[in-house]
Amino acid sequence: MAHAENSYYIPHGSHWPIVGSIGVCTLMVGFANFLNNVSWGSPTMLVGLAIVLFMVFGWFGTVIRENQKDMYNMQVDMSFRWGMFWFIFSEVMFFAVFFGSLFYARQYSIPWLSGEGDGISTNAFLWEGYEGTWPTDANGPANIGGDYQHIPAWGLPALNTALLLTSGVTLTWAHHALKANHRLQLIIGLFLTIALGVIFMFVQGYEYIHAYRDLGLTLGSGIFGATFFMLTGFHGFHVTLGAIMLIVILFRCMAGHFTPERHFGFEAVAWYWHFVDVVWLGLFIFVYMI
Amino acid sequence: MSTVATDDHHDDHQESPYSIKRWVFTTNHKDIGTLYLWFSFIMFLIGGVMALIIRTELFEPGMQFVDPQFFNSMTTMHAIIMVFGVVMPAFTGLANWLIPMMIGATDMALPRMNNWSFWILPFAFAMMMSTLFMDGGGPAGGWTLYPPLILQTGDAFPFVILAIHFMGLSSIMGAINVIATVLNMRAPGMTLMKMPLFVWTWLITAYLLIAVMPVLAGGVTMLLTDKYFLTSFFNAAGGGDPVLFQHIFWFFGHPEVYILILPSFGVISSIIPTFARKPLFGYASMVYATGSIAFLSFIVWAHHMFTVGMPLAGELFFMFATMLIAVPTGVKVFNWVATMWRGAMTFETPMLFALGFIIMFTIGGFSGLMLALAPVDFQYHDTYFVVAHFHYVLVPGSVFAIIAAVYYWLPKWCGNMYNEGLGKLHFWLSTIFVNLTFFPMHFVGLAGMPRRIPDYALQFSDYNMMATVGAFGFGFAQLIFLYVVIQAIRSGNKATSQVWENAEGLEWTLASPAPYHSFTTPPVVK
Repeated sequence: MAHAENSYYIPHGSHWPIVGSIGVCTLMVGFANFLNNVSWGSPTMLVGLAIVLFMVFGWFGTVIRENQKDMYNMQVDMSFRWGMFWFIFSEVMFFAVFFGSLFYARQYSIPWLSGEGDGISTNAFLWEGYEGTWPTDANGPANIGGDYQHIPAWGLPALNTALLLTSGVTLTWAHHALKANHRLQLIIGLFLTIALGVIFMFVQGYEYIHAYRDLGLTLGSGIFGATFFMLTGFHGFHVTLGAIMLIVILFRCMAGHFTPERHFGFEAVAWYWHFVDVVWLGLFIFVYMI
Repeated sequence: MSTVATDDHHDDHQESPYSIKRWVFTTNHKDIGTLYLWFSFIMFLIGGVMALIIRTELFEPGMQFVDPQFFNSMTTMHAIIMVFGVVMPAFTGLANWLIPMMIGATDMALPRMNNWSFWILPFAFAMMMSTLFMDGGGPAGGWTLYPPLILQTGDAFPFVILAIHFMGLSSIMGAINVIATVLNMRAPGMTLMKMPLFVWTWLITAYLLIAVMPVLAGGVTMLLTDKYFLTSFFNAAGGGDPVLFQHIFWFFGHPEVYILILPSFGVISSIIPTFARKPLFGYASMVYATGSIAFLSFIVWAHHMFTVGMPLAGELFFMFATMLIAVPTGVKVFNWVATMWRGAMTFETPMLFALGFIIMFTIGGFSGLMLALAPVDFQYHDTYFVVAHFHYVLVPGSVFAIIAAVYYWLPKWCGNMYNEGLGKLHFWLSTIFVNLTFFPMHFVGLAGMPRRIPDYALQFSDYNMMATVGAFGFGFAQLIFLYVVIQAIRSGNKATSQVWENAEGLEWTLASPAPYHSFTTPPVVK
């Protein structure tokens, strides 16, 4: 139990949460109406998104200001650590569902549809002659989305793996520099990390265009396309978020915000980035390689 | 209350309870706990009215009052509201009020996020309930949202999915806050194994929440993309499998039902020792039993889907794993009974509800054991027997525990005692009517009456009439509860700090009503 000389900081009311609720609710109502083909759906989404961004800036801004005024003792710091740790755990579980679906499709649904084990009568009566093989013929017996080719692991995906793994190294280098109070190295390290992340996103975007345009592989390509794009898509979204967070941290470093002893903002984003990195390794192995 | 807050070295002032700003912007754990509890009660009435619509239609065979689509959206909404809008918020409300007081903290660890966890809920449920007025009506495929049926929902569909995402966000943030509070805010000397069981059970519940709410989020996201973005997760023609959704849903759903019961175990473990005037029997075994239940909850999910055509090995594994849960649960029930053994018992209202909980929750546990047997589950599956089972564990289980908790801690919260006579009346009416409602469902279920159907065969009439009478009785009995609580807050007799003769725990060392900031200087725990 840490008990710093100053006491645990408890804010006295905050208007950011209710702004966040209104923003997210507007965003969701807009999105739902957009899906229902209602004309005011997408403008409402944009308004909601703007409110959410306003909340994010305001809320994090408040926390950063309070932090710079030294209002947080070590115990508050520890609360943030637990909060971030469990948030990342929840993200792990979110990815786990999509990995689980991938494993289920490969281990059960495709083999069963092809007549293995208990699926023998399903195959004989419903999908006669279907022999699903992963990854080439895994868009189901109805060939949903049409013929497609998959993306081989040892091309762009391998490059992307190298990019992300290197970014993990540069980020760790930046962290060591921060602890040793070498500001220039810190900023170079962070900058390199962000640059690698952005290049990763470009490569991923190029791969998506290639898949859609040349390979016939789309989100609608049966279970293969669904698991491929949902897994890599959510990962890409997380890389984007992580890169934005890193950019904020870079600006904060340039403003001289962190000390070699206290820099949980930096560490939280570093944890997040490494988490995104590990998810990518899982993707590379289970989505691309095997 | 304000007099107590003035000795607080924070220079904040507690605003008037009639200021809207106070409630909307609050970062105080007690205010937020109060909001959660009132929200939960309002939703309890709304969900209860939906239950009464269901029971009215089922009063006699034939189609009387509502059309089948609306009937089905009532069963769906009733379930979603009772699970996500009543029991979970009530427990989070109790956690907010009690955990900081029980572990000797000033407040919750992350107060702003605490506010957001609550203030998401009114928006999420407004979105959810607005779907009843949309083209195609509300969701009517059951709260389990099985595809392909649920994909036939009309305009309501994306609203339901996104509302569930929103509720999940609230639950995850609430759970993170509980874990951070318990792990980081304990007073010096409050070691983990000294924590009250309510704190322990909530710590484990919070872990379950963080582990499984994202799983639900992923599953419903796949439903959304299957309907609007051409994916084939649950479409066999595209290589997917509708049964995959059931696996995902119940991987969330089974831990979820323990999320709905574990904090009850904590409540009961606090109340029984007080009124038996003996320390809790087997504290450590209670902690380990809770942990074991949480662990087992992750490996039993497919017992909800014995009839989908799983391989035999799956049926056997999930059957035996499920029956194992009886062991830690039995440990708990025996510990409560052993706590009472030769105790100097008195039967105030919280104790009555706690005793009712033990007996009726155990009935629900036993019917659960029957359902765990794969071969006989083929007979029970999707019948009223299942409805009887889960209502026994949820109504005289979770809901009774919440009511017991309110009676038990209300004097600490508002500083006044409730009316004991009316409290007892509330207990007896609730107990009689809850059994009248749900016990006959065992019989009609075993005789083959299916769930979620607005009409039924003639031979089920008598029991259904009883159940309907019971449901209305139970519903109106809850208005007594509302009256008792309001009367206690406004004009009850002053309570002492100790409140109950033998109550143990840090919360009873604080004044009644408890000061606005619980422990501004950490208490010393021996």
